[in-house]
Amino acid sequence: MTTATVSGPAVDGTADRLGLRGQSLPRWVPLAVAAGAVVVSLLIYLLTPVDSEIQIVLMAAVVFVIAMTAISTAVEGGRRARDRFATTLVYTAFLLAVIPLVAVLVSVISKGVGRLDADFFTHSMNGIGARDVGGGIYHAIIGTVEQVLLASVLAVPFGLLVAIYLVEYGRGRISRMISFFVDVLTGLPSIIAGLFILAFWVLALDQGFSGFAGALALAVLMIPTVVRSAEEMLKLVPNELREAGYALGVPQWRTILRVVVPTALPGIVTGVMLAVARVAGETAPVLLTVFGTNLINSNPFSGEQSSLPLYIYSQAGQPQQFAVDRAWSAALVLIIIIMVLNLIARLFAGRNRLK
Amino acid sequence: MTTEPDSSADAAEPRGAASATAPPTDPPPAGGPAAASSGKARVGVADLIFKNLTRTAGIGLLALIAVIATFLVLRATDALSANTGNFLTTEEWFPNASPPKFGVAATLYGTVVSAAVAMIIAVPVAVGIALFITVYAPRQLSSILGYIVDLLAAVPSVVYGLWGLIVLAPHMKGIQLWLNDYFGWIPLFDADSVGRSLFVASVVLAIMILPIVAALSREVFLQVPIAHREAALALGATRWEMIRVAVLPYGKPGVISASMLGLGRAMGETIAVALVLPASFNISEHILSPAGNTIAANVANGWGEANDIGRGALIASGLVLFIVTMIVNILARAIVARRREFSGSAA
Repeated sequence: MTTATVSGPAVDGTADRLGLRGQSLPRWVPLAVAAGAVVVSLLIYLLTPVDSEIQIVLMAAVVFVIAMTAISTAVEGGRRARDRFATTLVYTAFLLAVIPLVAVLVSVISKGVGRLDADFFTHSMNGIGARDVGGGIYHAIIGTVEQVLLASVLAVPFGLLVAIYLVEYGRGRISRMISFFVDVLTGLPSIIAGLFILAFWVLALDQGFSGFAGALALAVLMIPTVVRSAEEMLKLVPNELREAGYALGVPQWRTILRVVVPTALPGIVTGVMLAVARVAGETAPVLLTVFGTNLINSNPFSGEQSSLPLYIYSQAGQPQQFAVDRAWSAALVLIIIIMVLNLIARLFAGRNRLK
Repeated sequence: MTTEPDSSADAAEPRGAASATAPPTDPPPAGGPAAASSGKARVGVADLIFKNLTRTAGIGLLALIAVIATFLVLRATDALSANTGNFLTTEEWFPNASPPKFGVAATLYGTVVSAAVAMIIAVPVAVGIALFITVYAPRQLSSILGYIVDLLAAVPSVVYGLWGLIVLAPHMKGIQLWLNDYFGWIPLFDADSVGRSLFVASVVLAIMILPIVAALSREVFLQVPIAHREAALALGATRWEMIRVAVLPYGKPGVISASMLGLGRAMGETIAVALVLPASFNISEHILSPAGNTIAANVANGWGEANDIGRGALIASGLVLFIVTMIVNILARAIVARRREFSGSAA
């Protein structure tokens, strides 16, 4: 950061006389220009018929970038001005992006706390219409927990085995193909996973809608994430550990299960938790396979269930305010659950000895 | 695979043994010189079983993809054979009518346009965020910000949809009117009335993929060797010049693949779009008009009242989405692989 001011005390007389440092703007200029830009756009807001907040913010950003660049070009010259322009753009992009992202969180929190009472957690939507006050998410929480647990039970061992194959054994065409299709699955839109389970499990095998069908769809979405993260972690295990195992006469499979996997375990757990957090918020596959219900159904293997994302979707689609309030509160609960899963993942990542 | 039944039958044995026999001193006697021949044979079998178990899982994954493709195609062909319109060019969507007539043209158009506009908005801003966090922000702030961006990337899409519907859509009216007033001469921004349009959906999608692309780009920029950055600064580069010669070239493949991942998410996003857009089936270049639909949103909206043909038609449109996202992913892979080759030979 060049902090020399225009008229400040000369740090090095000779350098300044030769003009090597060039002129640079004092530190307060960007802040002053930013304040000026805000004032200008506020004036526009007050004096002209422009009344959209989004426009005002965008206008302030544009004024700030242009003014900063012009001032810098005049005082500091071309190269510095270009640097200043990039800096201004990056700061502006960051501030602009922060606004909607913070707005999402603020709306969810401020509109969500209204219904966060004991009733909300202990009641289902049985007999509650969109017009009625009350109702809760008990049935949705049961559904989400059961579906995500079942999906993890299906996807984690499978994904781990695939990752072990790719890292420890995989050579040649088959492993390249598997690796390629893991990438294809990573990019699979979640609704396709739902459509597949709908076509395969619900329609072709005629199993009907159930929490388990939803778990199958979520497992399809989890597998590539688990494979990729486990693969990355297994690759980080130093080869010396494997060689030490072989040198002691330990067979390869035991080396893998007793040395390689335990070494990589914290990282793998992090990946699994992140995958769980992702599928816990998936709506589309659950919508197509679990169907949704207002009643409590704690058996994931038969009959429709609900889930938190599905609950938010169905309540948000209603025009009545009570339903929308329920949607916001459920969104807050879902975000908290996902944040907690992420925090746990972070804790495990912190214990990772590889890296 | 001849080894499949073998491996699945014995799968429980070696894993159970591994967890049951706690002391790791167990294997050496088996491999010791006294029992060399018999021990070696036993070890070989266990190894073979475990190897084939993991291999079966890998092949199972390929089979899973094959089954997904097969079932989608099977279901889709039933509906497609009953279709009286051209599936790729028809804009209407009446799969439940008695002579069913439907096509994917309008929804595919909506999918591509909304995702493209979302990318145009999100990618530059996301790269800006990533640069801010890795290069510009003070160290303490940058780790906190990185953490916050990661958390935002995990916020489920249904929440963005809820927010887009209730908070953002009313606020977007002013800017849409303004765009229409001043840029209406561009057909893209011409509209008779504005409302919950493809543009609003694109902005919601952009806000949704912003943290995802930013989080991945940040990771890539963090990988840039400090030596490269310091070398550029030591040669007298300004910070922007350092970013241009050291950070961006190194991070380019990563940013491209992050953007492609974001594009895939945006195209496949269902709920956020389904909540925001009014479902209509027409191709219109006026992205400010309250109209439009995407493949994924159409599936979510339409499958509840769909009959057998209707479900098949939705699955067929899903297949189109699958193919499009797959092409995007393959392109991203190809770009990243080629760039990596170049940078590898240059370094």
